[in-house]
Parts: sequence; C-alpha cells; structure tokens
Amino acid sequence: MSSRGKILATVSKNQPAYSQLPDISFLKGDDDNTVARFIDTLTTIGGKVILVETIADVRFLLLDELNNHARKVTTVPLLGDMMEMVNKRLHDPHTMENIDYAVIEADLAVAENGAVWVTEDKLFTRVLPFITQHLAVIVKAGNVVPTMHEAYQKIGDSTYGFGTFIAGPSKTADIEQSLVLGAHGARSLTVFLLS
Amino acid sequence: MTGNKDHAALAEVFNKDENRVDWHDETLWFIRKKRDLAVKKIDNWEELRETASQIKNNVLSNLSNYLQEFEAKASANGVIVHWAADAAEHNRIVLDLLKQQGITQMVKSKSMLTEECHLNEHLEANGINVIDSDLGERIVQLAKEMPSHIVLPCIHKKKEEIGELFHEHLGTPAGNADPQFLTETARQHLRDVFLTRRAALTGVNFAIAETGEFVVCTNEGNADMGAHLADIHIASMGIEKIIPERKHLSVFLRLLTRSATGQPITTYSSHFSKPREGKEMHIILVDNGRSIQLGREDFRNSLKCIRCGACMNTCPVYRRSGGHSYHYAISGPIGAILAPNLDMEKYADLPFASTLCGSCSNVCPVKIDIHDQLYKWRQVIVQKGYAPTAKKVSMQAMANVLGSSWKYHVAGKAARTVMHLAPFAVNNKFNPWYKHRDMPEVPERSFGEWYKINRNK
Repeated sequence: MSSRGKILATVSKNQPAYSQLPDISFLKGDDDNTVARFIDTLTTIGGKVILVETIADVRFLLLDELNNHARKVTTVPLLGDMMEMVNKRLHDPHTMENIDYAVIEADLAVAENGAVWVTEDKLFTRVLPFITQHLAVIVKAGNVVPTMHEAYQKIGDSTYGFGTFIAGPSKTADIEQSLVLGAHGARSLTVFLLS
Repeated sequence: MTGNKDHAALAEVFNKDENRVDWHDETLWFIRKKRDLAVKKIDNWEELRETASQIKNNVLSNLSNYLQEFEAKASANGVIVHWAADAAEHNRIVLDLLKQQGITQMVKSKSMLTEECHLNEHLEANGINVIDSDLGERIVQLAKEMPSHIVLPCIHKKKEEIGELFHEHLGTPAGNADPQFLTETARQHLRDVFLTRRAALTGVNFAIAETGEFVVCTNEGNADMGAHLADIHIASMGIEKIIPERKHLSVFLRLLTRSATGQPITTYSSHFSKPREGKEMHIILVDNGRSIQLGREDFRNSLKCIRCGACMNTCPVYRRSGGHSYHYAISGPIGAILAPNLDMEKYADLPFASTLCGSCSNVCPVKIDIHDQLYKWRQVIVQKGYAPTAKKVSMQAMANVLGSSWKYHVAGKAARTVMHLAPFAVNNKFNPWYKHRDMPEVPERSFGEWYKINRNK
C-alpha cells in the first residue's frame, strides 16, 4: 500500500469518535476606539502610524522621506509619478534586491495586534514587502477592525495566491532576548491611515 | 551528541554552572511573565483556549477526512502534495525533489519537524548544503548543536558565545557581542543566501482543509524571503497541523504568540495558497508516529499542540535543566510526552523529568493535559519495563514494603532511628534525591503510634 493509503487507514482506525466543531461566532472584539487601539498597538511593536486625510497628504509627507532613499517603488497608482511604479508581476523578483523604500496598499488592519492584511493582487510580486529595506502601507481608517475574528470575517472566502498579515518591522530577539528591529525583512514599517 | 545519558545526567552537566542556570531560569521566567501580561489584555482568554481545544478535538476526530479535503484543495490550487509515513520517507522526498532539479544548496526556515526527521544530516550526507535562516537556528547550526527550545532555539547561549561563533564563521571582529551588530551581520550574510538559493524549505504552522492553503508565522521574515525568491518551495508539515476552516485561524493566531512570547501576533503570518507563476510548491504531509499516537487514548491530546513553547517557559525543570537535557528535538514538557511515542525505551527518562506541578497544563493554549499525560507515561513505561534502573529498584523495594503492614511499620521505625542517629546516611552526595534539598525534621513517632497513645484522651 502507498504511504498515503497506510497513513489514512491508520488515522481512520485510530481517530476518536466524532467531536462537534464549536461555533465561534460568539468571539468578537470591542468596536470602540479601534483606530486609537491600532495606533497604540502598532507603535508598541515598533511601527509608526501617521494619520492623513487624503493621498495628497501622503504625497506631501513622502517628499522629504524619499530624498533619503535611492530606489523607491510603489504599487499605488496615485504615487506612480513620484516613485518607480510596479503594477505587474516581475518576472524575476531578485531584481528587487536593492529597493530601499516601498509603498503598498492594504485592505484591512487589526486593532488588537497592529497587523495589516495584504494580498498578492495588490503586491504583484510577493517578495516586495519583505525585501524592501523600509515599508510603508496605506490603509483606510474605516478598514480597521477590532480583532482577528472580524479580520477573517472580512477576508471571508476570497481567493488569493498569497496573503499575509504584517505587524510592524521585521525583528528578532534570538540573541539573549535583546530586541533588534530589521532581521531579514523591512527595517521599518510606516502605516498611513487614511481617514 | 548526548550519547546515552539520560535527562538527570545531562541536567547535572548543565547544573555545574550555577550562574548560567540562574540566568537561564530567569530569562525563561521573564518570557513567561510577558505571556501573562499579554493574556490579561484579552477579556475572554479562557473561552478562546476552550474554543481552540474544541476545534482541535474536532480535528483529531475527523482527521482522515480533513487530510483528504486538504489534499484535494491544495492540489486544485496547483500545489503538489506528498505523503511520508516516516522520517526516512520525508527526507527521501526532499532529496529527490532537489536532485530532480539539480539543486545542491537549500535555504530553510524554522521547522521542528525537520529537526525531528534529522533532515539536515541526511541532505548533507548526500551532498546538499543546507543553511538555516532563522537567526537562532543559524546560531545553533554554526555551533553544531540542536535547538534547545522550539521557539527560542539558542536561548541557552550567551551573547559572548554567539560573538565568538560569528567571529569564527562570519568574520566579525573578535570580542564583539553586541546583539544589534551581530543581527545586522546575520542579515547581510543570509540576504546573500536568500538571493542565491533556488530551493527553500519552510515549516507549516497551520494548514486549512477548507481552502488548501497553509500559514507560516515568523518574526524575522526569513520564511518569506526564502520562499518568494526560490524556484521550488517545499513545506513540511505533521499531519496534525490541519485545521478545518480559514476562520479558525483567528482563534489560533490570537493564542499562538501571546502564549509563546507575549507578542500580540508574529510580524508575518503568511498564507500560501498557490505557487508563483511558473514555480513549484510542494507540501509533504508527514506521519512519523502521529497516527499511532492518535490511537493512544491517554496521549492523543498531545497532537493538539501548536508549538508555542509556553509549557517550556513555565516549567521549573526545563528552566533549570536546559533544553539539551531532553535529548530529543522537542524539549520540555510537551517533548517529554511526544518522544516516548516514537521510542519508549530511548526516551523512558523524559516523563520523569517533571515535578507534575501542572503549570504546563495551565498555560497551554489548547488545553493539553500535559502533566496528566506525563504521569500516565510513567505508568506505561514502568509496566513495560523501560523505567530507569535506579527508579525500578527503589520502586520495587517500595512496593514490597508498602504491600506488607509489618514491613511498613518496621521500616518506618528504622528510618526514624537512622535519621536521628545517622542523618548522613540519607544526607550525602551519593543520594541524588538529596541534592539541593534539606531533610525535614524527623518526628519522634509515626502517626500510627501517636494515634494509639492519643485516641483515648
């Protein structure tokens, strides 16, 4: 018999009597002050949040920031004239190796843990938010949900090749529990919250 | 690496350096306290744990269906699914995949399953160079050691030792032990690795039967850097990593890192559903004893584990004996109930490396009855004749004495006399139990004798 057959046969034989799947709809977060809680959480884990009213504000704030970086890339059409625009999948992601600053969009943010949810259709190239030295994410303040329960409700049964929650800059504490930002992914994370 | 020494003997080696033991103990307790702070911020933490436990009970009771559903969905997504009955088959599948593509170098992110399977040794023996990319794992790899903790692989190492390793292997200046500097060095070194490897292997934290996607959690971003730059991504997972539906991730992702390190979530929780266009994605479903454990009624709950490491951080024995004393890929309380399933004789000592205080069960995010299982393993191990010899002899003597009322009374009296007249008979370095302990004062008479005198008063 194949390993597949053997494994499934043993599992079927040994699994206990059926146990009901619990209903998890009662698990909900608190809707109050989600934006304030998001800002508080993300700041605590090393991220930065800037409240803006329009994309024009983002453009204005980026003017200074972009002067500090050599290669800057964006997937956001409204920023395409001030940065290198990447709006299709790159054949070779290795060419992104020298990106210093990237601005992307996210559909969703989570107050309880400071995470933003980004999917491949908006990234085009999966490695972008990891390989860039610094990452900025634009998300609408109205899309901040209290907890992961509401986040997965919003994600629903949408399909994606790849999706990821990003909460703050890449980090490690593997050396004597000393927190160091900038392990292998982005060294910094800025979220522009669009009201 | 550890020879044939048991937990007690290995712990004795670790305990020679008292300052290091204190430091190890305090570091892990600090992480346990961070967990407590994070947990207290969640109003319905206990409901969340209970829900996670119930979901996992459902998974175990319906695992064969979920595995087939996952396989069908993942295959429809363009992922190639493999089945491995044991470690050897898993290692063979990985090697074959690499050979087919003519690949001789692979980058790996954290996977305790590949530690369990000794994948690196197998690949190295077949001419494949493997580099671990999680910083802690890279450090123990350079030191030619096993991870001593499932979440914090080099928690046993001092920064000066890491500085020394980096000096030797990565050319950093001698004597530099600054964590910031060493991490930056590793970043540069591993970035070059990510950019040049055509194959990446990752572990799997959760796999969703409903959608065929799997989730990998890291703080460093190493799994993503490896997987998104490689031509072939291999994900290895134990068959118990399945959860039914995508929405159940909300429960487990809320529990995982709060229990592990006190963080609200890992920096990256990446959901892999389809391979990149023109690239390959493989999943290896590994049994390696799990289906057997599923049939052990008393121990099947251990398969609910989500590998957070909370039971290690809280365990008084783990904190004071170090992960390497457990001589198994997964150390601490959970390792001590998983290991005997694979080899009862080799790991007979591990269920005894516990005070049965129950702290592990109290912090477990999926409510595994860890300390009860440790207690039950002891009974199985003794019944099957695998108990450590010293324990076997003393327990046989005890059974003999406790089984006879006159022997019990005579022995009690004799012990009291000996402790009065010759305390050194117990209190000496040849009695391992006495180490770091003080004997209580010995009463004049036994309770039985006291009762005889006092019952008529």
